[in-house]
Amino acid sequence: MKKLSGAQIIIESLMAEGVDVIFGYPGGAILPTYDALLDSKIKHVLVRHEQGAAHMAEGYARVSGRPGVVMVTSGPGATNTVTGIADANMDSTPMVVISGQVATTMIGNDAFQEADFVGITRPCTKHNYLIKDVRDVARIIKEAFYIASTGRPGPVVVDVPKDVQQSEHTFKYPERVELRGFKPTRKGNPRQIERAIDAIEKSDKPLFYVGGGVQWSGAASELTQLARGLGIPVTETLMGLGSVPASDALCLGMLGMHGSYGTNTAVCNTDCLVAIGARFDDRVTGRIADFAPHAKTIIHIDIDPSSISKNVKVDVPIVGDIQSVLADMLQVVKGRESIAKRRAAWAKWHQQILQWKREKPLYENGNGPRPGGAVAPLHVLEELHTLTKGDCIIATDVGQHQMWVAQLFPFEKPRSFLTSGGLGTMGYGLPAGIGAKFAAPDRKVVVVSGDGSIQMNIQELGTAVQYGVDIKVIILNNYFLGMVRQWQEKFYQERYSYSAMSVPDFVMLAEAYGARGFRIEKQSELARTMKEAFATPGPVLIDVVIPKEEAVMPMIPPGGAMSEMLFA
Amino acid sequence: MPSHTISVLVENEFGVLARVAGLFSSRGFNIESLTVNEDPLDPTVSRIVLVATGDDQVLEQINKQLNKLISVIKVTDFKDTSIIDREMVMVKISVDERTRAELDSIVAAFRAHVVDIGPRAVTVEVTGNADKIKAFIDLVRPLGIKEIVRSGKIAMARAVQHETNHRTAAREAG
Repeated sequence: MKKLSGAQIIIESLMAEGVDVIFGYPGGAILPTYDALLDSKIKHVLVRHEQGAAHMAEGYARVSGRPGVVMVTSGPGATNTVTGIADANMDSTPMVVISGQVATTMIGNDAFQEADFVGITRPCTKHNYLIKDVRDVARIIKEAFYIASTGRPGPVVVDVPKDVQQSEHTFKYPERVELRGFKPTRKGNPRQIERAIDAIEKSDKPLFYVGGGVQWSGAASELTQLARGLGIPVTETLMGLGSVPASDALCLGMLGMHGSYGTNTAVCNTDCLVAIGARFDDRVTGRIADFAPHAKTIIHIDIDPSSISKNVKVDVPIVGDIQSVLADMLQVVKGRESIAKRRAAWAKWHQQILQWKREKPLYENGNGPRPGGAVAPLHVLEELHTLTKGDCIIATDVGQHQMWVAQLFPFEKPRSFLTSGGLGTMGYGLPAGIGAKFAAPDRKVVVVSGDGSIQMNIQELGTAVQYGVDIKVIILNNYFLGMVRQWQEKFYQERYSYSAMSVPDFVMLAEAYGARGFRIEKQSELARTMKEAFATPGPVLIDVVIPKEEAVMPMIPPGGAMSEMLFA
Repeated sequence: MPSHTISVLVENEFGVLARVAGLFSSRGFNIESLTVNEDPLDPTVSRIVLVATGDDQVLEQINKQLNKLISVIKVTDFKDTSIIDREMVMVKISVDERTRAELDSIVAAFRAHVVDIGPRAVTVEVTGNADKIKAFIDLVRPLGIKEIVRSGKIAMARAVQHETNHRTAAREAG
């Protein structure tokens, strides 16, 4: 059998996994693999900073459901990806990072561009490998993809010393993996499923609380069927938005720190909370002791047993793949006539929630004109919705703009909202949007960012230009780190400690990169300029000046209870 | 805080101890004692026996987080299991004509072994559970301990288990 180099084996293995694009950056220790890559059909996207590659892989993964692939060199190339890896780990995003490493004989010698990458990434990966023998390359890459995409998804690092890339071995891609320590439970325990349905049937005010797990599992349609079939309202976490169509009256939108009054009041009053692929994050629960105080039963469906009863004691745990569990639940519900009789009570509960929502809607007076004809963030999102007819992928950064999108943009489909939820990584949006476009070239991709966040990875505009990525970037620019400013205003007596920021001329910057730039300062220009910008092909940056006083409301103060919501 | 003895079967591979130890430090769990050794019958696996402290919720998380590690094959929490556990300690104790007889009687009573004798010091090895080791140390302390080395705990389940096994219920729920 013909022998291949370790580098060629890596590329052959990636092709066997069906990888169509790699986000990466070459350098000394990974050059043998880059050399092999040149002869393959795999597309490569040369980023401007390795953090960008990691977020692109995340964006790609969230839209496609398949692991995003990153390739970088040793030392700084590898360490630059750490934020993206940690982000993927928190948000359960499948990713495989192939990093070059100094030769095995040099490891531990503080060699040039050496970093203990498996040591550094051990706490922020699902698993990681240092390949010491060329005979292990194919098996480990097979395992890496399997681990990244099976069970609760996550990032896997494969660190490959240069001499391993250069050694030779025959290539045979394994057909399956054998991992004694990794056997996720797919099918939910039928008795637990019965118990869950019993509890739901007995309850008067049931509520679904759904997170990103629904989307990773591909269970949006089962969830929508179940919610509609029973008439049970659904609230979504930041990562869960789009799981049921926002236009459905049962969809209550986001709960938690910036959830609407009606939605959070529903959580405060439910007597049976059904958590599905969500993990009771502190931004959702607020003060944990006061979370869902009237819930007699909490049901939790999750693929990851360690998420269950971690923050909140759960009465009915169901470990399993959400799609499989919800499909089983649908079967149980179908066979039970008694449950249909509950619909009337639940419809009353739903009406009560809608009444709460009407009492205190989001941004009640928010659509009105601003002093001096300024643009309000709401106006921008409305315009965006009009221009795209609501059908687009939105990637955001982190801060006020992110929360405005989460609160106000009605996502009709899953896998449409890309945002950094767990880690809260500023600089995520632009590269994630670029990665998304590689996964879904036919979908409109929009990045909504802030003047602070966009500058964290603005260099990836160069990548977008080089590859002609058709992406529209809206900067809600208030010359401030807006969310920091908001907290300082509300909780630090308006002491704005180092949160004001000067920004470059974004239009000139876009043009300098070879992209197009637009600037909007008045509401009167908004519709026309946005339309023009969206009609311009290729990467476009739209700098929209908004008043610094615009705040994300309502808000539960950090560490506060849901009932302590602030409205102004 | 109650302590728990947990036996963890892991892949015998590079970095596995760091994964387990790192899990405890990054999640803020406490380890009291830890031993690790290759399985004499199957060199592809190692066994880590650790003693951790925490309330029930913390212990449940420790179990689940250990299970989540890809390199971990099996976690056995001896919470509701009757076990045999042993630690070993070597103590170098000062002796003179006056104290030698006293030390000999303590060694005999504890079924300990003298493993090294010098002109002014004797080294004694004691094996037993934590209580026995503590009692031995307390008794020889007045004689003058020059040096002491203590192993971590090793443990295994007894062949015959008593009733009141809560673990079945816990497993079904999980």
